Amino acid sequence: MSKDDQILEQFASKEYEHGWTVDIEADSAPPGLNEDIVRFISAKKEEPEWLLEWRLKAYRNWRKMTEPNWANVHYPKPQFEDIIYYSAPKKKKTANSLDEVDPELLKTFERLGISLTEQKRLTGVAVDAVMDSVSVGTTFKKQLLEQGIIFCSFSEAVKEHPELVKKYIGSVVPSNDNFYAALNSAVFSDGSFCYIPKGVRCPVELSTYFRINAANTGQFERTLIVAEEDSYVSYLEGCTAPQRDENQLHAAVVEIYAAKNAEVKYSTVQNWYPGDKQGKGGIYNFVTKRGICAGDYAKISWTQVETGSAVTWKYPSCILKGDYSQGEFYSVAVTNNFQQADTGTKMIHIGKNTKSRIVSKGVSGGRSQNSYRGLVEIHPRATNSRNFSQCDSLLMGDQCGAHTFPYIEVKNKSSQIEHEATTSKIGEDQIFYCTQRGIDEESAVALIVNGYCKEVLNKLPMEFAVEAQKLLALTLEGSVG
Amino acid sequence: MLSIKNLHASIEGKQILKGINLEVKPGEVHAIMGPNGSGKSTLASVLAGREDYTVDSGEIVFKGKDLLELAADERAKEGVFLAFQYPIEIPGVTTTNFMKTAINKVREHRGLEPLDAVSFLQLMKEKMKLVEIDQSLLSRSLNEGFSGGEKKRNEIFQMAMLEPTLAVLDETDSGLDIDALRIVSNGVNTLKNADNATIVVTHYQRLLDYIVPDFVHVLYDGKIVKSGGKDLAKELEKRGYDWVKEEADVAKA
Ligand SMILES: Nc1ncnc2c1ncn2[C@@H]1O[C@H](COP(=O)(O)OP(=O)(O)O)[C@@H](O)[C@H]1O
Ligand SMILES: [Mg+2]
Repeated sequence: MSKDDQILEQFASKEYEHGWTVDIEADSAPPGLNEDIVRFISAKKEEPEWLLEWRLKAYRNWRKMTEPNWANVHYPKPQFEDIIYYSAPKKKKTANSLDEVDPELLKTFERLGISLTEQKRLTGVAVDAVMDSVSVGTTFKKQLLEQGIIFCSFSEAVKEHPELVKKYIGSVVPSNDNFYAALNSAVFSDGSFCYIPKGVRCPVELSTYFRINAANTGQFERTLIVAEEDSYVSYLEGCTAPQRDENQLHAAVVEIYAAKNAEVKYSTVQNWYPGDKQGKGGIYNFVTKRGICAGDYAKISWTQVETGSAVTWKYPSCILKGDYSQGEFYSVAVTNNFQQADTGTKMIHIGKNTKSRIVSKGVSGGRSQNSYRGLVEIHPRATNSRNFSQCDSLLMGDQCGAHTFPYIEVKNKSSQIEHEATTSKIGEDQIFYCTQRGIDEESAVALIVNGYCKEVLNKLPMEFAVEAQKLLALTLEGSVG
Repeated sequence: MLSIKNLHASIEGKQILKGINLEVKPGEVHAIMGPNGSGKSTLASVLAGREDYTVDSGEIVFKGKDLLELAADERAKEGVFLAFQYPIEIPGVTTTNFMKTAINKVREHRGLEPLDAVSFLQLMKEKMKLVEIDQSLLSRSLNEGFSGGEKKRNEIFQMAMLEPTLAVLDETDSGLDIDALRIVSNGVNTLKNADNATIVVTHYQRLLDYIVPDFVHVLYDGKIVKSGGKDLAKELEKRGYDWVKEEADVAKA
């Protein structure tokens, strides 16, 4: 057996070891959702009893709930009875070389500057891409383990660190929090788990590994990040490469727990398939993301670049419970063609001297609709709390819409809240200034938009920021009529 | 190099240019003067390819090419440069980044490799000296919060970077104090050679003491009503525009 084959086999049997298809014959559940399906999923994943109970409770709550309809988005309601809630992870179709891959896709990769290895991985080209991910993945994990950092799939965490999962799951996003969170809690497929012990600064961006391994986490993804006292982690989710998926509905949950003086940076680049130029198809992305600064001086920072999905519904939030704790939200949401995004944040100030900062940049082109929705809530005990919000909207052309819905609830008089909002159109004169210097119109738009979003893009880890910039340019192609 | 024939142009249905004729040869400096509102900026914009303006008739040939067929960025790539009367602010985009993008687009058009970081910085350094502009200014958002003088110097800096064949300077002297005027003019004069040409648009003679024109044209009501040598500028300075206007109105009637 060649060395490549050995590694491949190791990789394949490793997957098997974690028992996807052990003693239940069927590879997938029938469509629709009931308690039996929930049991089936839990059994397939060999979960402990408590987790099954937790899922069932979520399921029963979900049954009583109705889909939220307050967001400024319009789409045909998903048929929840038609969805298959469990199917064994499919082996990705593999190609023998990049020559067999859709040239359109390769062109996009090229323009995003994605490395060859990464291109192969994303398109499922066999052998060396896999080899690469196995070796990188394992050495990386060893390095982390030496410092006591746990970073693994959610299923693995359930098996190997059940006490941690049990303690924190649902502690930030309760299973009955909202319709989609409840659905996710009942049927979540897999996701990531990350634990940073007390006093440890995670030495690397938890991104490389994630990008290599997360390709198949499915439509109901669940992430849990726990940062103990005095720890630090920067976590990166997503991928600039266009992501297609046959599942139209995606309902993920992300929970972050930050203990005293811990800091968690969570960055997302979301580029799910947005549908075609006529608005046909595309992913519905309904995500619940929330972090709690449980201890004093804790800090949670969300940075997101949202360019994909047909419909986005997403409000990464911070509960600032510890005194002097801080929450940040930096967001770029770009919509084009018929995309709809309703996104923003909630900053819940509970502790004294808590601070939050919101910077939101919405860019809309085509016939898209882009809404910012934000809540700043100051509780009675939150003396001397402060919030600063900056919400800017940039319109390209005159058939798109930008909307801002800021909600402010203040129950402590010593707090300070500042809110600034602007709406502007991309200037003809700005574009002309660029074209007069030899920059073509598409590039001019990209340049101007990237400048407009700079404050947010600067918050991304360096190599990702470069890709994100190219991504913005690609997303906006043809946005100025 | 540039040949404008019977050019008529309008904006929002209003006719502004009413038959412009102008010949510019390599190595020449032409000054276009005229009272406010006579159409000087319009002419500059039409040359540069601003789309708000409609060319109703006439032709512009530049280096043997029909300029009106080309989009603004293509004209720039062919070597047309406009120093704006009111330079535009682009938040979040530094002049350095802006210039890097522009230069590499122009190079691409000419079949050249993009400049590497080192060569680019070297070029920047060299050109910065020319207009006595500071690095810190180039690291700020383009024109945002720049003083009037800084904006104009930045325009000439960009011109120096791009080394155009035809430079059109629209009121580059307005808002400049005497020192800045000297710096800017010095930059323009240094860039001058036998293969390029400059059109200086101004309504004051002052600038022409520094950038000495070979020809002076007076634009009035969308037409060039008088042309002459550099002495014409001096005469205009002394007598104002009224006599030219009168002559023109009489001729029309
Ligand atoms: N966008 C516009 N819409 C309507 N009229 C315009 C517009 N821009 C310029 N004009 C008019 O065109 C004429 C010439 O303007 P301009 O070329 O700026 O003159 P100059 O640069 O010589 O002062 C003026 O009467 C001005 O009011
Ligand atoms: Mg003018």
